[in-house]
Amino acid sequence: MIISVASGKGGTGKTTVATNMASALGKGVRLLDCDVEAPNAHLFLNPEIKQIEEVTTFIPEIDDELCTACKKCAEICRFRALAVVGGKVLVFPELCHSCYGCVEVCEEGAIKDGKRELGTVESGAAGDILFSHGRLRVGEAMSPPLIKKVRSISRNNSITIIDAPPGTSCPVIAAIKGADFVLMVTEPTPFGLHDLKLGIEAVKTLGIPCGLVINRSDIGDEGVREYAAEENIPVLLEIPFDRNIAEAYSIGKLIIEVQPEWAGKFRDLYNRIEKLAHC
Amino acid sequence: MRELVIISGKGGTGKTCLTAAFASLAENSVLCDADVDAANLHLLMNPKIKKRTDFMGGSIAEIRTADCTECGRCLELCKFEAISEEFVVDAISCEGCGVCVDLCPEQAIDFPVQKCGEWFISDTRYGEMIHARLGIAEENSGKLVSLVRQQAKMLAEEKGSELILTDGPPGIGCPVIAAIGGATALLIVVEPTVSGIHDMLRVADLAVHFKIPGLVCVNKYDLNTDMTSKIEAVAEERNMKVVGRVPFDSLFTKAMVEGKNILEYRQNSEVAATVRKVWDEILQSPSMNLMGLKDFSAVIK
Repeated sequence: MIISVASGKGGTGKTTVATNMASALGKGVRLLDCDVEAPNAHLFLNPEIKQIEEVTTFIPEIDDELCTACKKCAEICRFRALAVVGGKVLVFPELCHSCYGCVEVCEEGAIKDGKRELGTVESGAAGDILFSHGRLRVGEAMSPPLIKKVRSISRNNSITIIDAPPGTSCPVIAAIKGADFVLMVTEPTPFGLHDLKLGIEAVKTLGIPCGLVINRSDIGDEGVREYAAEENIPVLLEIPFDRNIAEAYSIGKLIIEVQPEWAGKFRDLYNRIEKLAHC
Repeated sequence: MRELVIISGKGGTGKTCLTAAFASLAENSVLCDADVDAANLHLLMNPKIKKRTDFMGGSIAEIRTADCTECGRCLELCKFEAISEEFVVDAISCEGCGVCVDLCPEQAIDFPVQKCGEWFISDTRYGEMIHARLGIAEENSGKLVSLVRQQAKMLAEEKGSELILTDGPPGIGCPVIAAIGGATALLIVVEPTVSGIHDMLRVADLAVHFKIPGLVCVNKYDLNTDMTSKIEAVAEERNMKVVGRVPFDSLFTKAMVEGKNILEYRQNSEVAATVRKVWDEILQSPSMNLMGLKDFSAVIK
């Protein structure tokens, strides 16, 4: 069972929902923080990191002795990561998408395996929870390959909760594709509604069942609830705004730590997801 | 001409609400929404679209079944697992590298350019605005961000505007890199939480990487004043000027519900006065005002 917690708009409470649900479920749950640009789940779960893996991606490295500057590599590269200037091939590593097109077309075997660091995947245990997250290298633009690397850790036989990045473009797709259920977290405001609609469209393109958590449910307006009703998206949990919860969040505490009665609600949330995901 | 880009690292810290308020204070400026993935600024600006242009992003492979001999070469070549055993390209997985297109022995793969979104030039009550909408599940968000910023710059030059106010995306990846390159300064809006400071530091590292000066504003500062002090201390240590603290106030949400910025909604509120003060601090900060001028417009004229 893989549940991706996503949102469209940032700062709606994805990490809050993912970490609280993981903690409430406890033993054997795997949490994968796939918001590799701004990973935050570790700040609430305090895992003991045991393993740090550096993740790299292929970039071409030119062997000047073999290279005849035939330009075939530069011609096939749609990303302009290769250029031939003055009889020499220049590589722009940050533009490379690792498609290996240059390797395929080079007749001289002059392209060797180089690498660009994407970031790291760090894993460890947070109590009973198996924890991993990706940390994108500062200055690196491409997050999807690192997200896919974090995703590759998940096993189907246990519960995996994915904390997804905000937005609706390729990093989000990388974090929700192949999940059994997408849990959308929103706030009932015009911004929340606007981005929720975009997020739901993204989930629909992938055909994954989804449900909604409304965070800070007593602020804003009725737009989100009306939309959910029209679209038949089940509202699975509402979390009212509570200054106590907000302050606890600010120091890295879970809701279920400061208000233990929420543990049952997060377990119920999971049970409802389980029913929806299998029908 | 100067450009202030408002970013945060962590999402939902209040970038857009503050940008909209600043827009009402900035004179002779052009507005730019560089969060093309989940754009929100238009919800507070009620833009009247004057010009709408398709954004043509990358191409995507399309196998012509009639010409395909199912030799399997494309499957072998594709590093993105975008081609199924039935020789159908999954448009979402296709990276647009075109390797299969070029190397298909039957030349049975087309590579049509995709419309990946739209961008707009609009009128708002605070001047012109450039904004965009990236298609769902699309790539190339960085390209579209670069495009809207470039258009904003052209517009500002044409109009003789002194300032571009750019609402940036969250994170530190591709769209953020595209949103900050060449900016005059960045305003980092931080909330006083463990995640707020964590993500601020990552975005501050990014600012250093691209050598752009950063300013810091703590939003909802009263949720945790210890954390606020800590953020301000870290900001000063890193040579980022602290331009002020904005309190947590439900007026922001109420204003948003009405499609207004905080200054229009409650002009005389305490929080509105605070936001005005933050804006003055930004304009007078060394990174935005190298000459230390009190009234920049007076000099330009």
